[in-house]
Amino acid sequence: MSTSIQVELWQVGASLVLVALAAAISFWQRADLERDIAVATVRSIVQLTLVGYAIKLIFDVDSIWLVLLLLAVMVFFGAITARHRADKVPGSFGPLLIALALAGGTTLGLVVALGIFDPTPRYLVPVGGMVIGNAMTASAVALNRLGDEMADARARIEATLSLGATPREAAAPTVRRSLRSGMITLIDSTKTTGLIFFPGTMVGMLLAGASPTDAVRLQLILLYALLGSVSISALVATLLAYRHFFTPAAQLREPGP
Amino acid sequence: MLFELRDVGLDRGERTVLDGLSARIPEGATAIVGPSGAGKSTLLRLLNRLADPDRGEVSYRGRPLSAYEPLALRREVALVPQLPALLEGTVGSNLRYAAGLAGEELDLDETLRRAGLDPSFAERDVAKLSVGEQQRAMLARALAQRPAVLLLDEPTSALDHAARDAIEATLARLRAESNLSLVLVSHDPEQARRLGETVVEMPA
Repeated sequence: MSTSIQVELWQVGASLVLVALAAAISFWQRADLERDIAVATVRSIVQLTLVGYAIKLIFDVDSIWLVLLLLAVMVFFGAITARHRADKVPGSFGPLLIALALAGGTTLGLVVALGIFDPTPRYLVPVGGMVIGNAMTASAVALNRLGDEMADARARIEATLSLGATPREAAAPTVRRSLRSGMITLIDSTKTTGLIFFPGTMVGMLLAGASPTDAVRLQLILLYALLGSVSISALVATLLAYRHFFTPAAQLREPGP
Repeated sequence: MLFELRDVGLDRGERTVLDGLSARIPEGATAIVGPSGAGKSTLLRLLNRLADPDRGEVSYRGRPLSAYEPLALRREVALVPQLPALLEGTVGSNLRYAAGLAGEELDLDETLRRAGLDPSFAERDVAKLSVGEQQRAMLARALAQRPAVLLLDEPTSALDHAARDAIEATLARLRAESNLSLVLVSHDPEQARRLGETVVEMPA
């Protein structure tokens, strides 16, 4: 699957014409997005360039420890980012951190153990980034839903506790719905993949000159890896986080301020 | 003594909900009356450890409540909450769930009858019940656990007079035909006198 193409700087520069078009549309229709478009463009150039150098460094050094360090940093910042979307869940950082670490570790561990990819930076860095990024989105969506549902279903959950149900039993329908909402987006997009949109990896490989067969096969592997990681992260995050709504005496905590 | 409260206080955030409350609730039927906001529902939630007091102590049959395992206590001291809070599904599935949690055999028809519901209600979807029927279904669900004490939070507040009288008659019959103790919260002093062998008044 080794393919490579050269992309010259002038080509990147030329593509800015389309950014100018977006800014012009915004200006013309007074959508007031010109400033955001400019910020987005500058940030994308700076961030991707820095990441590009970082990845080049990691590829050149070719150390598995450096890869693991990078993945750990991704997990940490992923958990911080997801925590903002899960602001109604008390103490969500711990569950998110564990969820992302387990999702990334299990998924990457399996694809390496099954011999799908070699344990080299060339595979682990990009695949790890996708896996952890999708796991972050899924666990954030699941915990966001969990926070809303726990607030809405307070009376029903407390009534179930008052029957002598454990917190786990009382929260089970809520946990189930939160898990579903974390997983459903990726499942739906996997169903329509190729019909409504071309996924990014496949597009990238085709552009880089790979054969369509290789592009499709790699894309399928990545889609299935993402399904696995998204399921693990949504499951672990919800199962660890719902406990934070209950006291050790199986009482529903008062909602925070 | 069924329950004894000694100098009980409870805060919710900055607000003091209960303060220095002492009361004795004997076996039998006890009505707790007081204006809204007096903390009646909170008091009821203390009795089966859905909440614990911040100060003071509550005891049940001579032992501090904190010494009871909460889940087992809640099957013995059952709360029928104020808000309709049935689980999705049929009335029958709610009763089977409750009986299963308590490890009790369930006589569905008999339990429904005791709560004043016809056995045909077993197959009814809880989403299609009237408020009064939901109230009875919650009563039946609590009875399915064969509790020793029934805590009732404003069991007739959302009902018209006829439905209220019917529920009161059901509660009076339950009390007459078993040695079930009732602790009932009401904002209506008349109802408290009709149903309570003992009346506990809460200060505003």
